Amino acid sequence: MISLAGRDILHAWGKFAFTGVGLGLLVGVTLTMAGVYRGMVDDARVLLDNSGADLWVVQQDTLGPYAESSSLPDDTWRSIRNLHGVARVANVTYLTMQVRTVAPTPPREVRAMVVGISADGVGQPGHPGYLVAGRHITRSHYEAVADIATRFQLGDRVRIRRNVYTVVGLTRRMVSSGGDPMLFVPIKDAQAAQFLKDNDALLRSRGRTAQNPTLNRPGVPGLLEAVLATQTSNSSVNAVLVQVEAGTDAETVAAPIRRWKRFTVYTRAQMQEILIAKLIATSARQIGMFLVILAAVSAAIVAFIIYTLTMGKIREIAVLKLIGTRNRTIAAMILQQALGLGVIGFVVGKISATVWAPYFPKYVLLEPGDALRGFIAVMLICIVASALAIQAALKVDPAEAIGG
Amino acid sequence: MADLDRQRGIHIEGLRKRYGQGDTAVDALKGVDMTVAPGEVVGLIGPSGSGKSTLLKCLGAVIEPSAGRMTLGGETIYDDGWRIHDLRALRRDKIGFIFQAPYLIPFLDVTDNVALLPMLAGRSNAESRRMALELLQALDVAHRAKAMPSQLSGGEQQRVAIARALVSRPPVILADEPTAPLDSERALAVVRILNRMAQQFATAIIVVTHDEKIIPTFQRIYHIRDGRTHEEAGAGRAFD
Repeated sequence: MISLAGRDILHAWGKFAFTGVGLGLLVGVTLTMAGVYRGMVDDARVLLDNSGADLWVVQQDTLGPYAESSSLPDDTWRSIRNLHGVARVANVTYLTMQVRTVAPTPPREVRAMVVGISADGVGQPGHPGYLVAGRHITRSHYEAVADIATRFQLGDRVRIRRNVYTVVGLTRRMVSSGGDPMLFVPIKDAQAAQFLKDNDALLRSRGRTAQNPTLNRPGVPGLLEAVLATQTSNSSVNAVLVQVEAGTDAETVAAPIRRWKRFTVYTRAQMQEILIAKLIATSARQIGMFLVILAAVSAAIVAFIIYTLTMGKIREIAVLKLIGTRNRTIAAMILQQALGLGVIGFVVGKISATVWAPYFPKYVLLEPGDALRGFIAVMLICIVASALAIQAALKVDPAEAIGG
Repeated sequence: MADLDRQRGIHIEGLRKRYGQGDTAVDALKGVDMTVAPGEVVGLIGPSGSGKSTLLKCLGAVIEPSAGRMTLGGETIYDDGWRIHDLRALRRDKIGFIFQAPYLIPFLDVTDNVALLPMLAGRSNAESRRMALELLQALDVAHRAKAMPSQLSGGEQQRVAIARALVSRPPVILADEPTAPLDSERALAVVRILNRMAQQFATAIIVVTHDEKIIPTFQRIYHIRDGRTHEEAGAGRAFD
């Protein structure tokens, strides 16, 4: 038996091709949306991987440092370093901000996560794991290492608050959980940038302090200067990253920190849970809603197209039924056409998504598993969508071919 | 057995068809009697609304009569109720249809349009195509075997439709105004072919027509009016 569906598709290939391309673009958008979600999850995973930490020590009862703000004294690391099972510790600060280039001109702005790291701690937790160009930060001030997604070049000069930094190294795939590229600077600079007030605010603050008789006692020389110094400097960090010794269970190190140091400590699994289940949960639901709507739109389009194509063949279907064609043969013809349309749509969609994914500003991760699930979903949608047309075709009265 | 069936043709007794019920009921057929012998082509003529199409649909087993008896190819298919379980197979194997327009399947070439019926009956593609080509040669359209229907002239399309109706060698062919879209010359050519095929394959053919050009060619004519038929001898004018 010849394939009626195949012959019809070959006969009207232009109509099928254009319809398939239209459907394919929708499928491509759907696959890309899934890729955006995968990219967000991967960004979160990469953030944790690249931090090189096994434990995150943060302010008590906070979800810091990525999901909530957290502030710890910057000497906290000393007491943690001495605990049994700890291999390395490092202070770290994170702040997301607009970073502007000052040279070369014209200036360009990039939204980036500025990460404060210890300048002399290559290999410490929090440091970029590898560079693709240049060198690591070696000076305590005014040097920066940038992710290549910032599109900064070696030697570029960038402004963060009042200070200008020289890009001395470039790294890759170091991004925040929101997908913003990272810019590493010495931690002292980052601390200053995080809490620095503007000059007017400093002047007003000094004035208020000087007028306070408790803080400006004539009989206590140096008190006012000491108080002002504490007000204009920052001795806080957002978190302490901890690497445990090989073979040591991270939870056994975390327990005494929680108990005796009164900090909140997250293991890698807990931090991953915070990032994925809490930080990007709303975005994931948003994308999920888009996927549902896109699937419904795709189904409606396939149903409409197959129904229209079938209605255009009512007379032929009546003739086929009159001359003895079984209902299942006619149903199979319509179903095969719907599936054919689905295959064309999926191939076009997969190719489209692969082509345009690199041009998205955020990371889009197209996984083969998602493509397989997408293919199955498209086929199921086509099967469901063809039901209406099949029902209409089976209702066609063979007597219509005779007329009268 | 198939040859024996073909010896018999069409026999109808007291066929009735009522549409609707109660006050709105309409009797489209009020006791039609008709006999068509194998190898014979008879005309069925009548004004619009006289019941021609209803009779054709009853004979074609696409609507169920209300009463009466129908025998096709020696087999009683209706006797105050269907006597055949699979009407679809009955239409496929025992009845050939020719329509006012050819209604060829637009996405199949000429050969496959004709070969589709034996394929549906379970014959192999090769055998079905061989049967189709034989008929296309007999009808002088074999040279268009690979053409698509849209590439054929009206006369060629109607000859392909005739080949499709004949390919399963049915004992009965029902033709619904087969010459309506054709000019006189082509219309007569179609009737000539129907007569030749009826004799060659011992097929009983009923031609429903309004076409004044071809009415004189029938040996016998059934007039249908208000759901009743009466028979008269046709002119039976020779073609050549």
